[in-house]
Amino acid sequence: MDIGQIQAYAYFGFTAFLVMVLYGYIYHLYSSEKKGTRDYEKYANIALNDELTDKPVETVSKKDETKKEEV
Amino acid sequence: MENRPLEYDYTVAKWFMIATIVLGVVGMLVGVILAWELAFPGVNLMLGEGLAEYTNFSRLRPLHTDAVAYGFTVSGIMATWYYVGQRVLKVSMAESPFLMFIGKLQFILYIIVVAAVVVSLLLGLTQSKEYAEFEWPIDLGVVVVWVLWGVSIFGLIGIRREKSLYISIWYYIAAFLAVAMLYLFNNMSVPTYFVAGVGSVWHSVSMYSGTNDALVQWWFGHNAVAFVFTTPIVAMIYYFLPKESGQAVYSYKLSLLSFWGLMFVYLWAGGHHLVYSTVPDWMQTMGSVFSVVLILPSWGSAINMLLTMKGEWNQVASNPLIKFMVLASTFYMFSTLEGPIQAIKSVNALAHFTDWIVGHVHDGVLGWVAFMIFAALFHMAPRVFKREIYSKSLMNTQFWIQTLGVVLYFTSMWIAGITQGMMWRAHDEFGNLAYSFIDTVTVLHPYYTIRAVGGTLYLIGVFMFAYNMFMTMTAAKRVEESQMQNTSPMGA
Repeated sequence: MDIGQIQAYAYFGFTAFLVMVLYGYIYHLYSSEKKGTRDYEKYANIALNDELTDKPVETVSKKDETKKEEV
Repeated sequence: MENRPLEYDYTVAKWFMIATIVLGVVGMLVGVILAWELAFPGVNLMLGEGLAEYTNFSRLRPLHTDAVAYGFTVSGIMATWYYVGQRVLKVSMAESPFLMFIGKLQFILYIIVVAAVVVSLLLGLTQSKEYAEFEWPIDLGVVVVWVLWGVSIFGLIGIRREKSLYISIWYYIAAFLAVAMLYLFNNMSVPTYFVAGVGSVWHSVSMYSGTNDALVQWWFGHNAVAFVFTTPIVAMIYYFLPKESGQAVYSYKLSLLSFWGLMFVYLWAGGHHLVYSTVPDWMQTMGSVFSVVLILPSWGSAINMLLTMKGEWNQVASNPLIKFMVLASTFYMFSTLEGPIQAIKSVNALAHFTDWIVGHVHDGVLGWVAFMIFAALFHMAPRVFKREIYSKSLMNTQFWIQTLGVVLYFTSMWIAGITQGMMWRAHDEFGNLAYSFIDTVTVLHPYYTIRAVGGTLYLIGVFMFAYNMFMTMTAAKRVEESQMQNTSPMGA
């Protein structure tokens, strides 16, 4: 096998790998939403509720969250 | 002090907004002068033979492209960053004196760099790389400005309250990282005076030679389009369109997917600038293929924006700000379809070096980039200056005049470009060229005139924008931020 052939196989393999990554990512986005692990759509509200006084969609740390709840 | 409610601090955003307006006027005014020079060469001598050096096409052309790209657009990016960044991270610049200092320093150094660029380009000091004309000492200044922006981005992220980074922030980060990498690698050069004692202090030679230099240059050149004219503008529309319309992004998942798609694909597309050149054939093919694939992530974002308006299309009629953004998004779709078509090898054989390419760049920049920046600044103005937008009817007039301007621009350049391409390649049965270059120049004259008229209309719109913004800052009715709804308040 010469270098050209190795390149061609590597190119094909890499492309196939990337296609899998892409579809895997789409699958991950939808399945984690279905399983209830993460609701991606809620992050769209970050732009809408963006006053300093608005409650963050997700606070930076658990500690902050408890603090806020106490208030 | 403790009783005073914390507010977002827009000082740096304000400064950059003013820079955007001023540099927009300068960049586009120079562009219009160039358009008239192309149509009527006598304009090259508009200030007389003695000053022709400063007014001719070749001296002004880099000033136009750099003023629009690195002046108007980059200022717009910074202005929106210092506004959007605080808001979606829910942290005020006022909370960090350090970040405030960095922001102000960044602005001051940026203006110094801009002044150096204007003076050096007018004097004809250039390293002759398209969109990377600046001589090496200016490059060093650019790097400092850029690093300061990075400190600001990651500094604000570091003190944020909102855990998740909104999609716009991802796009700003991408713009920061990619431009940093592109700029550094394309401007690697050897200052001849210091290394070999030859030439002027300003002069340097590229570290790459021949075809490699061309490859690096167009890897940079095309990605400058990607990460100055696309990524940060997408960041803007993902914030400003939902915010102004009160509608959440249609699909946040699609925005994430488009983001990664765009990041991966765009970096490989630059080879299409070198189709039928001395670079290896497989690289040319790769450039073409990736350009075509690029349609998908680009349209992913654009369609996401249009679908965000689902059920709310009445706002397009009632709110000129939404009009600007919907048209911007449409032009984004249009130019990201046109670009891949031009990158197909057989089409490129006809289109390369013709005015069609010029038309493509302008429907992208005038229709997409500039419209989005106008909309962003209009949205920011009432929140930043605590006054309503001075005139809604002026905004509407600006919109229609500029839309007409863009349409005249790209249609004339389509016809001119295709005519040009066909005439260049036409030959008789013996293979002799049918036309000489001057034949094409004569035929193209009417289209060049139409382009200049289109550009002038657009420039008139820019002056309206500048006036409207100036009046908003100084004379419009005051509004409290607490009274503001999603739709920006605007006077009749």
